[in-house]
Amino acid sequence: MTSFLLSLTGGLLAALAAPWLTRRFPKRSGWLLALAPLGILVSLMNLLPALRNGESPSVSLAWAESLGLSATFQLDGLGALLAALVAGIGALVLIYGGAYLSGHPNLTRFYVVVLLFMTAMLGLAVSANALLLFIFWELTSITSFLLIGFEHERPAARAAAWQALLVTGGGGLALLAGFILLGNLTGSYEIPQWIAQKEVIAASPQSTAAFLLILAGAMTKSAQFPFHFWLPNAMEAPTPVSAYLHSATMVKAGVFLLARLLPALGGLPAWQGLIPWIGLATLLTGALLSLGQADLKKLLAYTTVASLGALVMLLGINTPLSVKAAMVFLPAHALYKGALFLVAGGVDHAVHTRDIRDLGGLGRAMPLTAAAAGLAALSMAGIPPFFGFIAKEVVYESALGAPALAAWVTALTILANIILAAAAGWVALAPFWEKARKDLHPHEGGAGLWLPPLILAALGLVSGLLPELAAKNWIAPAVSSVLGKPYEVKLSLWHGLNLPLLFSLITLLAAVLLYTLRVAARSADADAWQHLARFGPAAMYARGLKGLLSFAALQTRLLQSGYLRVYVLFITLFTVGMALPPALLSMRALPPAVWTGVRFYDVILVLIIVTAAFFVVRATSRLATIALLGAIGFSIAILFLLYSAPDLAMTQFAVETLTVILFVLVIYRLPKFSRLSSRPARLRDILIAGLGGLMMTLLMLVVSYHGQDSRLASFFMENSLPKAYGRNVVNVILVDFRGFDTLGEITVLAIAAVGVFALVRGAAKRKGERHE
Amino acid sequence: MNRKPEKLQRSLLLPVAARYLMPLLLIFSIFLLLRGHNEIGGGFIGGLVAASALMLYAIAVSPAALRSLLPFEPRSLVAVGLLTSLISGLIPLFAGRPFLTGLWLKTEIPVLGKIGTPLLFDLGVYLLVVGIVLWILLTLAED
Repeated sequence: MTSFLLSLTGGLLAALAAPWLTRRFPKRSGWLLALAPLGILVSLMNLLPALRNGESPSVSLAWAESLGLSATFQLDGLGALLAALVAGIGALVLIYGGAYLSGHPNLTRFYVVVLLFMTAMLGLAVSANALLLFIFWELTSITSFLLIGFEHERPAARAAAWQALLVTGGGGLALLAGFILLGNLTGSYEIPQWIAQKEVIAASPQSTAAFLLILAGAMTKSAQFPFHFWLPNAMEAPTPVSAYLHSATMVKAGVFLLARLLPALGGLPAWQGLIPWIGLATLLTGALLSLGQADLKKLLAYTTVASLGALVMLLGINTPLSVKAAMVFLPAHALYKGALFLVAGGVDHAVHTRDIRDLGGLGRAMPLTAAAAGLAALSMAGIPPFFGFIAKEVVYESALGAPALAAWVTALTILANIILAAAAGWVALAPFWEKARKDLHPHEGGAGLWLPPLILAALGLVSGLLPELAAKNWIAPAVSSVLGKPYEVKLSLWHGLNLPLLFSLITLLAAVLLYTLRVAARSADADAWQHLARFGPAAMYARGLKGLLSFAALQTRLLQSGYLRVYVLFITLFTVGMALPPALLSMRALPPAVWTGVRFYDVILVLIIVTAAFFVVRATSRLATIALLGAIGFSIAILFLLYSAPDLAMTQFAVETLTVILFVLVIYRLPKFSRLSSRPARLRDILIAGLGGLMMTLLMLVVSYHGQDSRLASFFMENSLPKAYGRNVVNVILVDFRGFDTLGEITVLAIAAVGVFALVRGAAKRKGERHE
Repeated sequence: MNRKPEKLQRSLLLPVAARYLMPLLLIFSIFLLLRGHNEIGGGFIGGLVAASALMLYAIAVSPAALRSLLPFEPRSLVAVGLLTSLISGLIPLFAGRPFLTGLWLKTEIPVLGKIGTPLLFDLGVYLLVVGIVLWILLTLAED
């Protein structure tokens, strides 16, 4: 296991080496970089015998021990299945991307981000700690954002990237909240612990909230209805990215999460009551919306939405059979859909269009791409002997065993599958074998463009012909780890004459009919659903975003007026509002104030401060104001000195001195000193200032009283010398005991300095422009 | 706006005094920084004193003279200071201790006394404060 974890760093090392490799071997860089995921795959294969025996090797690294956190990595059958897809398809996508984006100025960025994504996704697959899993989860969202916005010069790409990030990021926050609820409930963030304590979880009223939050995370990530809209928009990404992230792997993360948590949460009534319907709704939405698409990639995206819905539905049904179906369908879909996306990219690369209405007759010029497309489409349509056929049979079988309304679930699943099977022909057969409507001059690309989809599609055929091999090595360990007990998986092409076979036959016949109808009506149906989009969730997202932005603009106008006086007003009022009520409440507990040891120089200093303060507000010249403020500042410094706070006093002296220098520097720039406030405004200011003073006074009284029974002071006094080797307690607190605070404060200082510099420079620049 | 007196007869006393005061004050500020852990002082006060000393020079002689005296940009001092403090917090991580744990050398060093990461942290604060004050005030003075 350790060696497998070490092999994961290979992805990061490859990301580091990518810039150099791309420069040194511009034509072969993709092939070279693919060695990293292949190495990971080999290292994963080494663990397969252990997984088959039901072992799940794990490694735990110290993370934040004081918080009881450790980074636990564990590989089980489920994680291995996902990791194999991520690494295997990753290798092919790197090869393909190198050819597809050959000569692109940002090819290096593609490599780096794809490799980082791959590493994050592999980390997700082997995380046994929920917080660790969450971090990898978010990393995949961020890399997805970067890859959707790869061609960031195009506004559409930027908007799509933003949308994907907001939707999946919002779901990520919900997910974190759900994790924290479960963590508090069980006292652990280790997922095996959650599974062990599933009775505790089920008994708690909080578990439903946690479940719903986690579900929201999974739904946004896996593009479930009503959050499905970001996925078709994400097709703005370069095609290799769409194939890898937005079809084969990243969008499966939500499905993976549900499968991962099924042993812990599957017993909740909401699981079976809610998830199947979400999945079914997504399955139907994706299938129906795919009907109106003329863009190859968009069409594939909607069918991906549908397939993700099917996977979620299967996990929601939560019978051993449906879990098995999900674990069979997941790799089957990744293989054929990944291949089809790569084919779509190859077509786009060859003839520079993805519009199905224009495409045709490519088969003769691009035989290898056509072969890949054909193999993948047959698997997607569920035709024997392809792996997709086996997957579809078990899906039908599990739909029949749905917990409620099984007949309806099955009928709707068949309906969606008819559309998806027709779509397979529409995507992969029509562009190659129907008559061309335009002169396209197609040509076959290099091996990097046709080999990866051909390998993926061929794997779909091989797994169909040798289903036992896939079942034994990958599917059975995955199903066993989801169900939490050894489960024997038998897969075969021939199940005998039964209902699923009949359904498959109906699906195929209806799909052929639908396909011929659509070919006939080829030009009519592009974006047939466009007018419905106004009511869809995408429109709600757009409205919500607009509302959020205008709310932000409104409150910015309200709070960020740009006038110092308004800021001071708001800050004082807010502080008074927050601190005055508790201060007043705790006043009752205070003993009556006693005047002790008042010395004559205390009285004099206070008199100076009060008098100066009075004259500051009445002063008629700026110089007088500055002088009076200085008098107040120095008096306070002397007070510090008298009450044994020499550090504070020194700081105050230095600050006062620098303030004087500051005034000297700016006094010539300030406008003429005059009174602008009206009488009511001055009264209002007096009131607010008075409240501020009252609050501070009360706070000081409360703090000085409660300070007496605080253990903090004595702790610092006692431990300063023995633990931190310093006799100056104030400084020891600053640099040692509370060093983290100080670090935060100096960071704020540095940022504030940048702000001041920008303001001063900006003002000077504007003045310069006015003068010209 | 142009009320700034163009050429006043400059006092000779201040520039001459500043030339001698500045190095003394700088030494004093380092003294404050070093003794801070045991006696009154520390990186923050030391930084303020050092910045005052340098600004005294800038006002008495000229901001440009101070610039030519400084071998670095004040703003890079801000970055260096922040990084120094951050690194002082990171060092204990390599010893397997939590972030910002104070680590001390066993032996005392003459003049400096006990050396440890808190002193490095304080040095970062010192540099940062000097950098910030100089950065802002010099920008204002030169504008």
